Amino acid sequence: MATMTGAQMVVEAMREENVEVVFGYPGGAIMNVYDEIYKKRYFQHILTRHEQAAVHAADGYARATGKVGVAFVTSGPGFTNAVTGLATAYMDSIPIVVISGQVPLSMIGTDAFQEIDAVGISRPCTKHNFLVKSAEELPEILAKAFYIARTGRPGPVHVDIPKDVTAQMAEFNYPKEVKLETYKPTIKGNARQIKKAVEAIAKAKKPVFYLGGGIIHSNSADLVRDLVAATQIPAVETLMARGTLRYDDPMLLGMVGMHGTYAANMAMSEADLLIALGPRFDDRVTGKLSEFAKYAKIIHVDIDPSSIGKLVHVDYPIVGDLKAVLTELVPQAKEKVDPARYESWREILKRYQELHPLTYEDSDEVLKPEWVIQRIGEKLKGKARISTDVGQHQMWTAQYYPFTRPREFITSGGLGTMGFGFPAAMGVKRGVPDEISVNISGDGSILMNIQELMTAVENRLPVINVILNNNYLGMVRQWQTFFYDKRYAETDLSMQPDFVKLAESFGGVGYRVKTKEEFDAALEDAISKNVVALIDVIIDRYENVLPMVPAGGSLYNMLLEYKD
Amino acid sequence: MHSSERRVISVIVLNEHGVLSRITGLFAARGYNIESVTVAPIPGSKYSRLTIVTSGSPRVIEQIIKQLHKLIPVYKVIEHSELVEKEMVMAKIPLEERLADVEALCRAYNGNIVNIGTDTAIIMAADEPSRIANFIKALKRFNPKEIVRSGVVAIER
Repeated sequence: MATMTGAQMVVEAMREENVEVVFGYPGGAIMNVYDEIYKKRYFQHILTRHEQAAVHAADGYARATGKVGVAFVTSGPGFTNAVTGLATAYMDSIPIVVISGQVPLSMIGTDAFQEIDAVGISRPCTKHNFLVKSAEELPEILAKAFYIARTGRPGPVHVDIPKDVTAQMAEFNYPKEVKLETYKPTIKGNARQIKKAVEAIAKAKKPVFYLGGGIIHSNSADLVRDLVAATQIPAVETLMARGTLRYDDPMLLGMVGMHGTYAANMAMSEADLLIALGPRFDDRVTGKLSEFAKYAKIIHVDIDPSSIGKLVHVDYPIVGDLKAVLTELVPQAKEKVDPARYESWREILKRYQELHPLTYEDSDEVLKPEWVIQRIGEKLKGKARISTDVGQHQMWTAQYYPFTRPREFITSGGLGTMGFGFPAAMGVKRGVPDEISVNISGDGSILMNIQELMTAVENRLPVINVILNNNYLGMVRQWQTFFYDKRYAETDLSMQPDFVKLAESFGGVGYRVKTKEEFDAALEDAISKNVVALIDVIIDRYENVLPMVPAGGSLYNMLLEYKD
Repeated sequence: MHSSERRVISVIVLNEHGVLSRITGLFAARGYNIESVTVAPIPGSKYSRLTIVTSGSPRVIEQIIKQLHKLIPVYKVIEHSELVEKEMVMAKIPLEERLADVEALCRAYNGNIVNIGTDTAIIMAADEPSRIANFIKALKRFNPKEIVRSGVVAIER
């Protein structure tokens, strides 16, 4: 125990939590804390060039490593810039702690310089938040923040610290263990419910595993792989669950939902039992709710009770940590479930897979985005982490990249944040330095956090950005093509920077490629040079993401092709 | 579609900074309805008790309860089925009204005249919410200048 300032407590708390890196941006209200960072050097601080990027980087770090990501920002605009990062992490249940400076306590409420009601703003987009009123309570609040972020359904926690609190002296007594009498997530699943669920699986004729992001968060992909192999029940993955099963797993039908495969969506539509492991029945997955899995009974395992039965009636709810539940469930399923039982169901689905596999028409004249993704997969499968921004390139990546393991695919699913990919990929690189970090982006998204070229170059975070450049805000353009009679309102991005010179001006390396050979050479070069790279890939302007379930449509009504 | 039903929910929360806005913010953000809300500290504890009157389909009510549970400072959510509800109302009645009649009305609803000023009398009543609504209707003919309702408090039987 020692007496110290609030600012010292912040850095000491980071040490207690084994924080190795903080992404951030200093400013007036948080300067005391930065002074302590400078003096103590307990952890690396990575100065991003925008607060939004700091939070996305912490988020990417958390997604890749499973550890809590940390970002520091100042008050007012520093904090408001961070809000998109908080909301992104909140929607995808990512454990991060964001600490913001605030004006001194005595000035709160006076519209002081760089004052904003930060906890008022972050309340609906964090798992929890704190406004610290004295240095005395700071150690406990910081310990609670980390505890809340990583336990239960993970999520972002925001701690707002007024400047005078960072200067106040108090005892630093960091709690070894956090106990909150008002917050006790259910870990163990109800044994009777688990037994009933196993019986339902054993009795089903057309069961499907509906695999969700909770599997990644709870580190239970191994158990899921074991369960799928033992039961030989076909499986679909949500965007957030990609990598749970290997891409070549014979039971994997692919991604489900708006841009899911025909077989995956038909499996959901015709199943008599959904075994939902940690998904949240997002509208991009279910399509029209009244038509969603309408012949199926539903087993839903989730650590968040409010996820269960929120949108769809659930017949076998199991509240608990997925890993704990599967640890109980898998041995029982192995004993009671006969894989031969689902033979004819597997046959049906196999025919669906053969009838409409994921497909695109390759070309010798122009690069197809699907080919580019597959090519990256051939070169880097299992050796790289793939981040994306949001849009067509994200869906093509989710469809065509050969994922081999959890935490390999880093993407903003729930909030769909353009500008997420590059800073997240920096966080990924910092978290898993031995692997290649690729950000697959679009010509729209990449410009939303392009300033991070400076951060990446300065901190030697060699992210390879692959820009699938179609001179369009592609996904919106696609909707305009399909649903707005080709009125391309504000989606033409023909005015572009020279991405090669742009990369070079920051000290990175740029490539512009139009052919397969050029792409191979550029990727090879970027990997071997181990530098921050922008590969500007000129692709077919009019390529669409297919299949597609139009928003609000039924999963079984897919647009399989588009002919002009 | 399920019909919307009235529900009284009690929420026991840690008595800390911003907790009320967490609760009301949740209702606003998710489009839930609040008919009335009352809040006061629970004597001899670090908790406060909110009594919220809301309405919604059974699925919405279930979500409200689950979402309330999910808030970190929420200790307990009680969905009342067997409960005693009370609400209080105060009103200002001009002195020229027939106060004897007013007083008789108040008595019928567990109330009385609590203050007489220079030109108005202040009256109060405390009863079940539906009876309070009737009381307010009956009060109209005495030309009340101002009516203040407390919102509902409830306790499990």
